[in-house]
This record gives sequence, C-alpha cells and structure tokens, in this order.
Amino acid sequence: MLNRTQAPPIVDAVAYQLHLKPVTRATLDNGTPVYMIDAGAEEVLQLEWIYPAGNSYETQNLVAATVNFLLRNGTSTKTALQINEAIDYYGAYLNRSCFNEQALMTLHCMSRHIEALLPLVRELVIDAVMPEDELQLYRQNMKQRLEVNLRKADFVAGRLIDTYLFGSDHPYGKFSSAEAFDALERSTLLQFYETHYRQAQPILFVAGKIPKGLLSQLNRYFGDLPGAPRTCPLHSIEPATQKKYRINNDPQGVQGAIRLARPFPNRHHPDFIPVQLLNAVFGGFFGSRLMSNIREDKGYTYGIHSYLLNLQQEGAWMISTEAGTEVTEATLTEVYREMERLRNEPIDEDELLLVRNYMMGGLLGDLDGPFQLVGRWKNLILHGLDENYFYDTIRTIKTASAADLQALANRYLQPDAFYELVVV
Amino acid sequence: MTSLGLPLLFAMIQFERFTLSNGLRVLVHPDPSTPMAVVNVLYNVGARDEDPQHTGFAHLFEHLMFGGSLQIPDYDEPLQMAGGENNAYTTNDLTNYYIQLPADNLETAFWLESDRMLSLAFSEKSLATQRKVVCEEFKEHYLNKPYGDTWHKMRELAYQVHPYRWMTIGKELSHIEKATLQQVKSFFFKHYTPCNAILVVAGAVDTTRVKSLAEKWFGDIPSGTVYNRSLATEPKQTAARHLTIEASVPLDMLCKTWHMGARQDASYHATDLLTDILGGGASSRLYHTLVKEQQLFSSIDCYHFASSDPGLLAIEGKLVKGVSIEKAEQALTGQLQKVMDDLIGENEVQKVKNKTESMIAFEDMSVMSRAASLAYYELLGDAAEMNSELGKYEAVTAAAIREQARTIFREENSNTLYYMASS
Repeated sequence: MLNRTQAPPIVDAVAYQLHLKPVTRATLDNGTPVYMIDAGAEEVLQLEWIYPAGNSYETQNLVAATVNFLLRNGTSTKTALQINEAIDYYGAYLNRSCFNEQALMTLHCMSRHIEALLPLVRELVIDAVMPEDELQLYRQNMKQRLEVNLRKADFVAGRLIDTYLFGSDHPYGKFSSAEAFDALERSTLLQFYETHYRQAQPILFVAGKIPKGLLSQLNRYFGDLPGAPRTCPLHSIEPATQKKYRINNDPQGVQGAIRLARPFPNRHHPDFIPVQLLNAVFGGFFGSRLMSNIREDKGYTYGIHSYLLNLQQEGAWMISTEAGTEVTEATLTEVYREMERLRNEPIDEDELLLVRNYMMGGLLGDLDGPFQLVGRWKNLILHGLDENYFYDTIRTIKTASAADLQALANRYLQPDAFYELVVV
Repeated sequence: MTSLGLPLLFAMIQFERFTLSNGLRVLVHPDPSTPMAVVNVLYNVGARDEDPQHTGFAHLFEHLMFGGSLQIPDYDEPLQMAGGENNAYTTNDLTNYYIQLPADNLETAFWLESDRMLSLAFSEKSLATQRKVVCEEFKEHYLNKPYGDTWHKMRELAYQVHPYRWMTIGKELSHIEKATLQQVKSFFFKHYTPCNAILVVAGAVDTTRVKSLAEKWFGDIPSGTVYNRSLATEPKQTAARHLTIEASVPLDMLCKTWHMGARQDASYHATDLLTDILGGGASSRLYHTLVKEQQLFSSIDCYHFASSDPGLLAIEGKLVKGVSIEKAEQALTGQLQKVMDDLIGENEVQKVKNKTESMIAFEDMSVMSRAASLAYYELLGDAAEMNSELGKYEAVTAAAIREQARTIFREENSNTLYYMASS
C-alpha cells in the first residue's frame, strides 16, 4: 500500500555544481564588442544593440526615451509604415527600450531571415530622421496614455517612491508629464540621436542557434560605423527627507498601492549577494514570509513582493503590494513585524535549506535557454562584472549562515531607513 | 517583395501517450537538452462550467488547490524544498496547473499532484483566506483600474445564455464571498478526477519511468465520472446590440465584438489571420489607418479568445480627445468593409503567416510551454494536432480570410460598447 504521507526522497538542489556556459566575445572591425551564446534547438535568434543612450545622458526630460521610440518611425528613404511592413513581413519583432544608462534595440527573428533584417537595423541606427508628424503623434498618444495611467494607484506609487529615493532630478527618480511631452522638439532629438547613436559605439548581444557567417554579416553592416564608447555621467542623488506619505489619488479607490523602500548599494557591494538570499526569505518568492503571512494567512492581498532594484549607480530594497483600503495599515504593520522577526531571530535551518534549494532549482532552470543565458551575461557585463560574480552567488546561496543573514537584517531591515507610501 | 514560403523547418514535437485504467491520459515529451522536468496537469473545467449563481468558482477553486491535500498539509513547501516552482491558471474553458523542477526530483511532483487529485484537505481556514485573496485580485484587476469593467459589460452584452457571459474572476464579489465548503467539495469530486484530467510530463524524463511513476501515484485514484458538458447554446444573434456607459475615465473608448466560430472550427485559422491583418503590430491595417493616418484612435487592438465554444472577435480602441465616437466607429466600419470587399494581397497574407510561424517557434522554445500546448491540444481532441497547426495556417487563402470577414463583420452580428468619459 502506497504511503502518501511519506515524501519521495529528493536530491537537494543545493548540491548541484552549476556551470555558466561561457559567452563568446568577438570584436567588429571598428572595435564594437559582440557577445554570443550559441545554444538552443529552434532556428531562432535574438540580437540586442545596446547604446549608451539612456536617460542619464539627456539634458531635457524624455529626450532619451523619445529618440529610442522614434528610431523605427522613419529614415531618409523609408516611412514608418515601410519599416514596419518590412519587419513584420519577415515575422520579426523589433522592440526598443530605454533605461537609465542604456537604450536598446532588440530583434527577434527566425535565423534564416537575419540577412534580410540586418541592413534595415543598420539604417535605423544611422539614418533615422524622426519626422515631425511622427513626433507630434507620439506626443499626443503618450500624453493620453499617461492620463489613463495616472488614474492607476500602482502607477502613481511606482513613480513617487522612486522620487523619494533618488530625487526628482535624478535619472532614476524623474518622470514623465504632459508638459515634458509638449516641450520635446525635433532638433533636440536629432542632436541626441547624433551623439548617442550615430557617434556612439553599441555593445551587441546575440543568442540562439547562430548561423554560419553571422559574425561577418554583423561586421558588414555594423563594423564600419564610426561610433566611440561613452562614459555615463553620474548624477547626484537627493533623497527626500520626509519618510512617510499617504496620497489620495482616486476618491473611489478600493485598494491602496503600498510601497516601502530604502536605499541599497549596487551589485559591487559585498552585501548585495547575501542580501538576495535574505530577500528571498523575506519576500522574494511565493513561499516567502511576506507572502505566507500577508496573503496566505491574512488574505490582505493578491500578492506581495520584495526585491532589490538592479540599478548601476545605487539601488534600493523595495516592498510592493496592493491591499484593500481597509487593511493597508494592517499590511504595513505586518511588513514591519516580519522585518523585526528577521532582525531578532535567526532563520530556522529547514526554512533556509528550502530557500537555498528553491533558488538553486530556479538557477538551474534559468541556465537552460539561449535567451536566459545571454540575459544573465548581459547583466554581468553591463554592471562591469564577470562570471566570478555568478560563482560567488552560488557559493553564497549554499553557505551563507543564519547568523550572517540575521546580521544583514539588523544592518538593513530597519524601519526608520524605509520610505513608506500608500496611494489610494 | 517575393513570397518567402514556409519551409516547415520545424522540429516536430515528439511525444508518447498512454491511458491509465482509471481514465487518466498521460503524455510524455522527452527533451534531453534541459536538466529540468515539467509536470503539467490540465483539468477539463473552466468558468463556463459554473452555476450562474456561483460564478468565479472555478478560479477560486484553483486557489484552494494550493491549500493542502488529504495527506500533504502544505503543497508549496515540499516542492520548493525540491527546487521546484509552480503556478496555475483558469480560463473560461479549462484549468491548468504546472510545475517545473530539477528532473532528479520528478517524483516529488507526482507525489504532490496525485495527492491533490485524490482529495483536497478542504480546510475552512484555507477557504476563508482564499475568498479574501480572490476578492483582492478582483479589486486589483477589475475594480481599481480605469476601464476595468469593460469585459464584464461586453460579455453580458454579447452573450444571452452561454456561460461565456461572465469572466473567470466571476460576475460579482458577492459570489466569491458566499462560496461554501460544501460547494467546494461537490465541485472537486465532479471535476477533479482522473477521467477529466490530462497529465503531461516533459523535459529530462523517459517514458518507462514516467509510466511506472504514473501507475504508482495516480493508478489507484478512483476514476470519477466523465463530465459531459451540456451548455446552453448561444442563439444566433439577429440584431446589433449597443450599450453606452459613462464612467470616471480620462478618454472615450470604443469596444466592439462579433461572434465567431469555435477553436475547433475549420474557419479558425483564417479568422486568426484576419485578426492579425487588422490588429497585429505596427503595420496592421487598423493601427496604420486609424491611429497613424486618420489619428482617430490613440491605440487600437484586434484580437480573439480562441474559445472552445463559439467565441468573440474583439476590436477596442481609445479615442483621441475631441474625436466623436460615431466618427471613429464609422472609420473603423470602413476598414472592415474593405476586408469584406477586397481580397487581401499575397504579400500581406504571407506577412501574417510568417508572423504566426515565428510566434510558434518562440513559444516552442520553452519546454513548459510545449507541455501546456500538448495538454491543450489533447483536450481539444488530439495532442498530435499541435504538429499540424502550422500547415493549417499555411493552407489559408486570401479568399478564406475574406469569407470569414464577410461571415463575422455583419452588422446584426455585432455588439458595440461606448465607454464614455464622464464630463
């Protein structure tokens, strides 16, 4: 008779020796670095062009994001429609995204179409013209979208907490407004494009089943461009002095968007890795203490998460949830209670083993596909790290002690250090 | 541009299938390139199987499936200890649970999934908590967001008798608040049985071992009664329906739907491509003409739900401020008239086929997604159909797309919602 109360034996994932598949580094004729992961069974590719063109480089709000958006909205020989049709015809996806330091163009396509698509991408990074009518339309539609988003408590909370942490003039803390969209001018955009795309050197990341000759094709289309590497300017962080905020955004609101956050160093700080383990225990996954207490025991929320912001200059430790208006204060009380437990009591060995196994199992799964692998490498390289960081992470997950984590909780999980915000 | 053709380079998804004596269908899809295993359990029950007085139940039930089973007090902990992760989702048609974990610990997934198929713990505490959690989910996604009730309104407008007239989250908070343990139990024993489930095991697994694990853990679970679905058939719509609502939102929105065929209809692939022609990406017709050229909408989407029973094709867009909704609707109707009148050009047809091909290729990269697809196609009738899907898209002609446009975009088949910003 099968004994269902008896769990089958398991291999503790913590015992795994994980190996990060190395990335192949190449250089185009003009010095442009290319990082490649050749893996996977499907005939697909992902290519990313990473430009030093994030909002840290702009001198006027929204310029970096707007230039990035308009990259595919017209060149001197093609209209936006012609560009869109060409991309769509090959069943490809060409996305742009703008972050604080970098701005990206990401191409996903079937490997066999890459040769047809590369000349088009070249055209976008050297010959975008950002037509006035495209800018006008972008302005109008983005302002409308912003108006809708400003009715959402979680959107408003996400903007405000960043402002408290970094100051509203810092690239990490500033946000969009109708006025900032109105102030955008085509000449400013073109100037930014010239400096940060045409005259700047990108970094390329390529992943998938890489066809023969891809590197020489990349060289053909991107190896002759004149761009030089850029150094990102550092902006001074001006955190708010007031710590607690209650904002009424919607008189009919039935939930409060709660954000708690404290400044936290970037990945180069020795506490960053062990705090990821502590964070997992605190609120980093479904079995975390915040989730178990506030969702699974109290039912105050559909979900609550804590995480470290992955920022280059300086980060933050954030707790984020949406809870019914009648239980927002009770939710805050429980979050502080969980901080207190982590400060006052060492984490039980069973719980710690569970979190170690969970994180190792997750890592094992994450090292699986080409896109995940290249993502991991990109994160290392853009932060100025190497594979040692990965192996340090593994070692820390396996060996950090309950006493180490309790000391970290005492160092960082101090309520006075946290901004506290509720937006209804 | 010349036609690229579809070389059908796709690796076929290989799988084996067997059925246990209690009726549980098991599919095995080995993939030695990953160190992980995926265990996917699909139950043939969705929101369409709910009592109109107790809507939201299938989804609430999905939450309760994590509240402990007969002999295992906590579902998540042992799985996390084994290095695994899991989640689940409920649609109007089905409920799907999935686990990914290191393949070494595959048996843990069998142990957990089989015990909760055998019987839940039915704890009062779990029900009380999850009622609250689901109410917060309801608020987060549908009440506390501008336009959050659009689909509550639209479904009630478009369906008169079929249970697609409510959303999976439920018609109203009170239905969830009033759920009792007795209802939970009868729902479980009616739907959560081996003969109403499909188990897919994928990744670094081999069929022989999966067979023996399936026998060991699922073999002795009572079969249950096969659930014969007999839902009210939605009568053919014979007159256009309109609804205007006013709410505190910043922009007017137009939302229109039309009845379309079921997922298994021969017309499905042509209809799917039709929605791509109209609303798939920056070169699609509605985006190009109505957002960019005429600047009537600030955004517009065209999509459908791939429902198991006859479903809806939807177009929704937010209007540029100052544009009258009648004018915007008229321009939209003009675009629809074009796909009804004129054949779509060869390049445009090829474009949406190419997009479909790469979408399938990207989806198939993840073993988890392959496992879920196998379960879904098996539910529809045969998992092997997953491999003929691309061929069916390839066979669609411009004439077939036009025929679908003519069948679907008839005025008397339409439901129109004007979602107006209150002044």
